[in-house]
Amino acid sequence: MNSKAFQTQHLVRTIAVLALLLSPLAARNSKKPNEADAKFREKLAKEKQGEHALSRLSFGPRPQDREKLRKLGLKKWIELQLNPTSIPENPELLEKLAAMPTLLLPMEALLVQYPTPQILTAFAAGKITPPENPELRETYTRLSARYKPRNEESKSAAELENEANQKAAAERRRRIGVMSTEERNGILRSTAPQQAIAGELTESKLYRAVLSERQLHEVLVDFWFNHFNVYLDKGADHWLTTAYEREAIRPFVLGHFQEMLLATAESPAMLFFLDNWQSVSEAPADRPRKTQSKRPVRGLNENYARELMELHTLGVDGGYTQKDVQEVARCFTGWTIEEPNRLGKFKFNERVHDKGEKLVLGVTIPAGGGIEDGIKVIEILAKHPATARFLSRKLAQRFVADEPPKALVERMAASFLKSEGDLKVVMRTMLNSPEFFSAGAYRAKMKSPLEVVAAALRATEAKITNAVPASQAIANMGQPLYRKQEPTGYSNNSEEWVNSAGLLARMNFAIALSNNKINGVSIDKDRYAEIARSTGAPEGQRR
Amino acid sequence: MASRRAFLRRSGIAMFGIGSSPLWLQRAMAVNSSKKILVAIFQRGAADGLNIVVPHGENAYYSGRPSIAIPKPGAAPASAVDLDGFFGLHPNLKALKPIFDEKKLAIVHACGSPDPTRSHFDAQDYMESGTPGLKATRDGWLNRAIPQVAGQSPIRAVSVGPVLARTLRGNNAAVALSSVRGFQVQDKKAGDDYMSRYAASVDTQLKGTGRETFEAIRLLDALRKTEYKPANGAVYPTGRLGPSLKQIAQMIRADAGLEVAFADIGGWDHHVNEVGATALDGPLAGLLREFGDSLAAFYQDLGPRMDDVVVVTMSEFGRTARENGNRGTDHGHANVMFTMGGAMQGGKVYGPWPGMEREQLYEERDLDVTTDFRDVLSTVVQRHLGQPSLSKIFPGYQPKSLLPIFG
Repeated sequence: MNSKAFQTQHLVRTIAVLALLLSPLAARNSKKPNEADAKFREKLAKEKQGEHALSRLSFGPRPQDREKLRKLGLKKWIELQLNPTSIPENPELLEKLAAMPTLLLPMEALLVQYPTPQILTAFAAGKITPPENPELRETYTRLSARYKPRNEESKSAAELENEANQKAAAERRRRIGVMSTEERNGILRSTAPQQAIAGELTESKLYRAVLSERQLHEVLVDFWFNHFNVYLDKGADHWLTTAYEREAIRPFVLGHFQEMLLATAESPAMLFFLDNWQSVSEAPADRPRKTQSKRPVRGLNENYARELMELHTLGVDGGYTQKDVQEVARCFTGWTIEEPNRLGKFKFNERVHDKGEKLVLGVTIPAGGGIEDGIKVIEILAKHPATARFLSRKLAQRFVADEPPKALVERMAASFLKSEGDLKVVMRTMLNSPEFFSAGAYRAKMKSPLEVVAAALRATEAKITNAVPASQAIANMGQPLYRKQEPTGYSNNSEEWVNSAGLLARMNFAIALSNNKINGVSIDKDRYAEIARSTGAPEGQRR
Repeated sequence: MASRRAFLRRSGIAMFGIGSSPLWLQRAMAVNSSKKILVAIFQRGAADGLNIVVPHGENAYYSGRPSIAIPKPGAAPASAVDLDGFFGLHPNLKALKPIFDEKKLAIVHACGSPDPTRSHFDAQDYMESGTPGLKATRDGWLNRAIPQVAGQSPIRAVSVGPVLARTLRGNNAAVALSSVRGFQVQDKKAGDDYMSRYAASVDTQLKGTGRETFEAIRLLDALRKTEYKPANGAVYPTGRLGPSLKQIAQMIRADAGLEVAFADIGGWDHHVNEVGATALDGPLAGLLREFGDSLAAFYQDLGPRMDDVVVVTMSEFGRTARENGNRGTDHGHANVMFTMGGAMQGGKVYGPWPGMEREQLYEERDLDVTTDFRDVLSTVVQRHLGQPSLSKIFPGYQPKSLLPIFG
């Protein structure tokens, strides 16, 4: 055998071995794309298109929605959903939301009326002026008992108080599942204000998903909140998340991406969640140092800068380096929160900002800058082609299929760049695409737990007087609302929701719903018991 | 996923039959007590390995972490528990010291991935798939580590929690469950109805998952009848990991046919105030107490059954060698892994130590990786599970040599 033939044979053998080694991986991956591509070219039958639109662009159809869509026509229905303010909102929803005062309170007022432990400690130590409102003052006095400075007398008093509180809490827990939202939150406001904030936020999410006429808007708020995820139970975020969704997410989901990006960058909830509020220039000469202070010298924190590029804009393969992470972190030094536990307001602190020159993704940001350094970064990232592609793919993954067709993503990305990040334009490109109304997309997505519960409550025209137990069901299925600890948010890949624990939780929810055994929720059993049960069956899992 | 379903069909388990005691159940009860079991634990969020197994013999460790280093053994009331004169355990891991001394706990330091990513998401994905740098891998190494044998227990592979861990996705059937007790359909009649609806479904993915679910429910029915009492006075801590390990111990002691199990514990991403006023305070200390006490309770509970069990722990990457500007640490590179079990040759910190002087660090900032995490996993998979073909479990990878953690 000559050496060349030997080499060839050797090469062939090596390839064969490699192919064998990789076959369990390759087998699954090789077959999929072609098959799937063909399915995305296959047009969905006309009679299925309305149902498909309802299942994708809303939290599931209510009985009357099919009729509404038929009357309007598919195109017009979609266009309306893309312009939510032109749709009159459901008065029932407005009434529910009006009963939840924390949803609209400005940050400062929220902190006064629903005090943090820090505020109560300060009150107990006589360090802040008591609130003028006598009812609130009484609440402060009662709640601050457990935050009193420790001396023997107050300790025993606090202990007594604590015992009484614990008894009351046990009684509350027993009753809380059966009382109305208003009644419950009234009690919580004067006993455990923190719980009232979290309760109203999760309840409002479910009420909106179930009752809003502006369904696509609500679906998108869920999508973008998850994209810019913050975790409700991380310290001050317990107080900051309501305003975050209201002011940094909600207004922008069909607006310009760059505005949403900036709003999230400046939001105290995000600054706190990803630690940027503590990130300061590493050049200590720039700022006065309290030499007497016991507090250690602070410095740079990379957390926000990294997630900003990986999760919010470019995507992990977006072509940035560790050096870029550090440079972006330097640009955002001084983006902080004014008194996170008292005021919760965005503040740019010039004194701790790194004024040196930075180089971000090849763009020089000149020395001597201030807040504009961070704004410049936002602009670079929002206009970057990698961002356009990353966001388009993620949207297509939510609305079309777990593995969306590349051609569609490319067209959406082109729309994004051309419209300078107008998310309504990007959505329209997707919704007018043949891929959206294709056999490949039809029932290709698995419902998330929120979608399972909201769809069931919509399909059964459930009357809801207290949405906390239903939101607990969502948590049991693996998706506690506002409580995803990781900045990644919940997976957009629907396959991840298919597993034994999840199916079982769905079945048990469906059984409870069909028997009217979920507190705060009731359905007309004669009409809807079977529809409720189908929530746990195979046909209830896909959208 | 088609092949997984096909496999299940071939295996011919009488899953939807009524009455007859399935073969796997008989087999599980009879033979299974000698089967080897692997428990994988994931510390999500990139735990700070340098404050977990502390290199107290390194000056650079102390100079780089002026306010968050764990004091040298004996240097403070709350200081590292010495292991070998160079390394020490975080004081809140003291429950693990007796296990280390019995040589049933082996530690491998400076482990990690050859992929340099500092993204939590990607690094966890790579560690769970077992294919660093390769995103297209759809299944996980722990799933591939189970031998493909027909007619096994429906709970041979269990992921504790409300979703199936990525590392257990793949061709072999695997079940996600949050608790043994809660794993049932609340209404018997409705349950039977669902069972036939899933069996009749044309949706192959849901049909398969439904089948696994009902099989597992049936097996666990027997376990639910009595309340589980940990043996040997073991007390599991509350939180996430303790209860998870308790479920796993229950399934092991019931000889239910468990072969691999997965549990996780999150919250290790400490960018700010990682350590409190002493080493015993702060978020890291709290998590480590739960972590150490959970492992120790599991070890105690299983007693002699630990001879058939290996627990291996991992976290997606380590953290910066030096502390950051907020008494925390940022995303780094190498980390520490624990292996615990009756067959271990422990009592030693394995793995070449790369050193912590600036020029020894990876990119001058992180502990360098000297042991590929797949070396540790390969060793466990081959020596403990007896899986001969590592190339299928870690495609494209052959460990340089197996680690001597089994002697």
